[in-house]
Amino acid sequence: MSTRISDTYDTVIGGGKHWSLKLRAGTLLRLTDTDGGANVGMMFYNPENTLERYNAPDTLKCQHTFKLTRGHCLYSDMGRIFCSIVADTSGWHDTVCGNSTARMVAERWGERSYQLYRNEWTQNGHDAFLVEAGKYGLGRRDLAANVNWFSKVSAADDGALHFDATHATAGASVDLRFEMDTLVLLHTCPHPLNRATEYPRKPVAIHIGRAQPVAADDFCMNSRPENLRGFANNDLYHLCGGGAERLS
Amino acid sequence: MKRASDLHPGEAVFRYVIRAGDYWIDTLRAGQRLRIVDVEGNQAADTLFFNAADVADRYSAVDTIREQGNVYLSTGSKLLSTSGKVLLEIVADTVGRHDTLGGACASESNTVRYDLEKRTMHACRDSYLLAVGQHDTLGLGKRDLTHNINFFMNVPVTPDGGLTFADGLSGPGEYVEMRAAMNVIVLISNCPQLNNPCNAYNPTPLEVLIWDADVL
Repeated sequence: MSTRISDTYDTVIGGGKHWSLKLRAGTLLRLTDTDGGANVGMMFYNPENTLERYNAPDTLKCQHTFKLTRGHCLYSDMGRIFCSIVADTSGWHDTVCGNSTARMVAERWGERSYQLYRNEWTQNGHDAFLVEAGKYGLGRRDLAANVNWFSKVSAADDGALHFDATHATAGASVDLRFEMDTLVLLHTCPHPLNRATEYPRKPVAIHIGRAQPVAADDFCMNSRPENLRGFANNDLYHLCGGGAERLS
Repeated sequence: MKRASDLHPGEAVFRYVIRAGDYWIDTLRAGQRLRIVDVEGNQAADTLFFNAADVADRYSAVDTIREQGNVYLSTGSKLLSTSGKVLLEIVADTVGRHDTLGGACASESNTVRYDLEKRTMHACRDSYLLAVGQHDTLGLGKRDLTHNINFFMNVPVTPDGGLTFADGLSGPGEYVEMRAAMNVIVLISNCPQLNNPCNAYNPTPLEVLIWDADVL
């Protein structure tokens, strides 16, 4: 029988890298933009059936929002909630701009090959997701609109998009409470609208721990009547044996 | 930007009325023009496109809006694939603004948006699933049913980050027309939504017309 060393785990993912992990319901994931200017691309899948995945349009229209911040829940295409944003010092995260690509990075900052630059090569978000997705049998057809944590993109009245290069400040953090078992893919590649003169290689600190139980007056669950129904859909899923037992 | 088309319906090589709640799936050849007509007004045409030579390379809402720098689609919008290729370009539009953020309705999202007991009501994603199931030789499945265009829907984004569902800008007989830049599979769900005031709770027919490149 193994002995649990700790109930928490902390690491730092350097800028321009990628990672993935499966998180149990009841897990707290905290992302911190330690240096300022970070972007964390993230996708979410149900590990029991990866055809169920994060759906940005459903997430936005269910909560009548264009941005993501505290109080919002991230929905799957099946009407369930992968995670809730229980704390956020940033105030605005993007989910409509997708990823940087190899061509974009080469045109904007010049390609830095692995052969010449080793760990300082310039990876891109799209290919980072393909690598992590492939580890679970997923591919091009399984990618969808992702979240870009710490990146603010607003739209003017005429629909014009604006990337706020001053938005991601050092020390900003966002706390995600997972409401069902979730496969998380993530990368720390630049936001595709970031036009910094140098390839923005910004690290993100990751803290994994146990979330507080969801109380009846939970802010996210009660922030909109839609979210009460989203939590009810999760309850039905768990009632019928979906996922592992929630961490407590 | 509004722009009328100079094509005549009498010269179309294909005309088809999609009944409310039905789907239509077909292949457009490079150079052909597709017009979608909002026959009775404020009806949503939930539309997906796939590169016919590589269906995993499909319409991408996020790449399309990011590269054009605007969340709305209209005349001049290049509809991009996930690999950045131009699938089609909108060449005429009598409405002026179309949505690609709101996605397609699903019985599951209906439970969240409206009521848990709406779970058996007809929805676009059921039409999509039926379409790819009945045409499984195309090699499409649920993982290919990605974020779509909602032609004729008006979903304004506010500068402070809100999303609103406004009365439609469309009306009876308004249309949008696009030119295929390559061979593309087009899949349209004529939205059956009965819970949303966008279509006055009244789904109505759409008509599609296709012109060959040599009549242009």
